[in-house]
Amino acid sequence: MKQEAVIQVKNVHKSFKSVHAVKGINLEILPSQFLALLGPNGAGKTTLVEMIEGIQKPDSGEILITGKPWKGNEKEFRRIIGLSLQETRFIDKLRVFETLRLFASFFSLGAERCEEVMSLVGLEEKRQAYVVNLSGGQRQKLALGVALLNKPKILLLDEPTTGLDPQARREVWMILKKLKDASFTSLILTTHYMEEAEQLCDYIVIMDHGTILKEGTLHDLLGKSSADIEEKEEYRGPPRNLDEVFIELTGRHLNE
Amino acid sequence: MNDLKNSQLWQLILANARELLREPAVLFWGIGFPILMSLGLGVAFTKKKDVTVMVAVIGRNHLVHTLADSVSVIQSFLQNNRAVLKVGKDGSLSRELTVPDEKLGGTNYIFRDLSWKTAMVMLKRGNLNLVMDEAQGLIQYHFDPMNPDAQLTYLKFSKLMQDPELIIRPSETEIQPLDVTGSRYIDFLVPGLICMGVMMSCMWGVSYEIIEKRSKKLLRRMIATPMKRSNFLVALITVRIAMNFVESGLLFLFAWLVFHITIQGSVPALILFFISGNIAFAGIAVFLSCNTAKTEIGNGLINLVSMPMMVLSGIFFSYHNFPGWSIPAIQKFPLTMMADGVRSIFIEGAGFGEIMLPAVIMLATGVVFFTAGLKLFKWH
Ligand SMILES: Nc1ncnc2c1ncn2[C@@H]1O[C@H](COP(=O)(O)OP(=O)(O)OP(=O)(O)O)[C@@H](O)[C@H]1O
Ligand SMILES: [Mg+2]
Repeated sequence: MKQEAVIQVKNVHKSFKSVHAVKGINLEILPSQFLALLGPNGAGKTTLVEMIEGIQKPDSGEILITGKPWKGNEKEFRRIIGLSLQETRFIDKLRVFETLRLFASFFSLGAERCEEVMSLVGLEEKRQAYVVNLSGGQRQKLALGVALLNKPKILLLDEPTTGLDPQARREVWMILKKLKDASFTSLILTTHYMEEAEQLCDYIVIMDHGTILKEGTLHDLLGKSSADIEEKEEYRGPPRNLDEVFIELTGRHLNE
Repeated sequence: MNDLKNSQLWQLILANARELLREPAVLFWGIGFPILMSLGLGVAFTKKKDVTVMVAVIGRNHLVHTLADSVSVIQSFLQNNRAVLKVGKDGSLSRELTVPDEKLGGTNYIFRDLSWKTAMVMLKRGNLNLVMDEAQGLIQYHFDPMNPDAQLTYLKFSKLMQDPELIIRPSETEIQPLDVTGSRYIDFLVPGLICMGVMMSCMWGVSYEIIEKRSKKLLRRMIATPMKRSNFLVALITVRIAMNFVESGLLFLFAWLVFHITIQGSVPALILFFISGNIAFAGIAVFLSCNTAKTEIGNGLINLVSMPMMVLSGIFFSYHNFPGWSIPAIQKFPLTMMADGVRSIFIEGAGFGEIMLPAVIMLATGVVFFTAGLKLFKWH
């Protein structure tokens, strides 16, 4: 029996003046599926994710959350979605705990949940620190914590580990892995890191210039891609990892 | 109780209050600066200070007695009244005579022996405005009749020559200074400063704050939650109005302690009127900031709105000095309306009856701008 998709993106387009940022994308995310959205700078990842988040409106096409459109259901969706934007600065002169408390109140949650989240993302020591004095990594963790406050059924993270050192990145992965084991949450995560997609996600979408170049499980991608490449003359054996798949597909490095 | 503590409005209010109180610069500009301004302007315009005037005496040496000369009128006047002889660093001589006056402020005359030429140079430079010389026992006064200071010096000094007793006699009894509370400059100034403070505080504390949060993408993050949008603005405005109460209260307290200003009219009416003025400016501030994410544009908008009112609304000096045709328009500015109303309660003893209409107008102004602002409000 086919599971009902949590998120459906149907032929969605979005343009900004002269830039056609998203060109007819189709996606489906199943319950408790973890999906990675990979792509170089300017690929359209943020635009796509923000449309799913209901922050931007598609020019055409349809986005359904649990089978329903954004229009008329915003209130309900806001309660089940957790998200972190690519760039958000919280209130500088608020302490970490106070920031969590503020956002928790939007979901009618109290101090207890904030304590839980703080230990979940490992910010207990920074409880009394002003947000302005946090390091980049700590700030990302706070953003992740805020996203997790409402125990979201749908979690949308835009580059949650960009700029983190390997250690901090691994910590974020651990948090997300725990979430995966609980298999309550569906996740879309955008990233430039192959390793992240490989480690965390069971479905990978590679996009560039507003379109999907390739999608599937890690296994699918490695397999299919090697078939494509085999047709070419200078065959160098099957790609060993996503990195090579990606370069084959886009002609550029992910972090470009 | 826990429900209240967890409510989004309360948490938003807390967050805004914390943000505000943790910014020392905000406290200085909001509290310290208006107090310093009232102190500076209040002292400058309220206390009649002693003035020092320099008078040139031409021709023979009138200041010191020399055997060769017959005693001149000026010379004998100065000596009889014990004008103090002083020798400058350059050897120049001068005599100083102080005439105290409790009511009008004392006058400190400095007489200097100068040649006509030097006297004219000093006159042009504004160092002195009265020149005297003496011929056959008659004193002649040279001054610019168009210069009121020169006229005043002449009138004061010639009177003194006729009646030297003035130096020791207390101020004339027929002069009754009108510095009773309520009619001094400081009484005019403090209500104006309070209203200006409210306007500026709303402009920067509401408008600028919103624009900055928008430019930091914090607004967009906040509305990606079930936060009620109006709660955000209500919290911001509530904290701002509370802050304005504190700022204005401290300014009043200071002016009461130092200058003994009082509120002649109804205090409840004042509170009501103050709140409606706050709401007017908060509404305008929301409207101003509803669209832009650029703090530079916010800056410009704030100046565009507040500058003309600062100049025209009679905060520092009465707007009745402006041309008659402009006054009805000026009186319709929110800042004028608020300042006039607050002043009427402070100085003229007005109560609910007098301020009701402007209070309602200001309230309506605030509500209209707030509603329009919320309609047009861009959260990202
Ligand atoms: N508000 C906007 N106005 C104009 N152009 C925009 C806007 N937002 C995005 N774009 C353009 O749309 C394209 C896709 O941008 P998007 O932010 O979605 O890319 P991305 O894949 O998230 O890139 P990155 O990895 O750098 O975050 C880019 O060319 C960008 O310049
Ligand atoms: Mg992006």
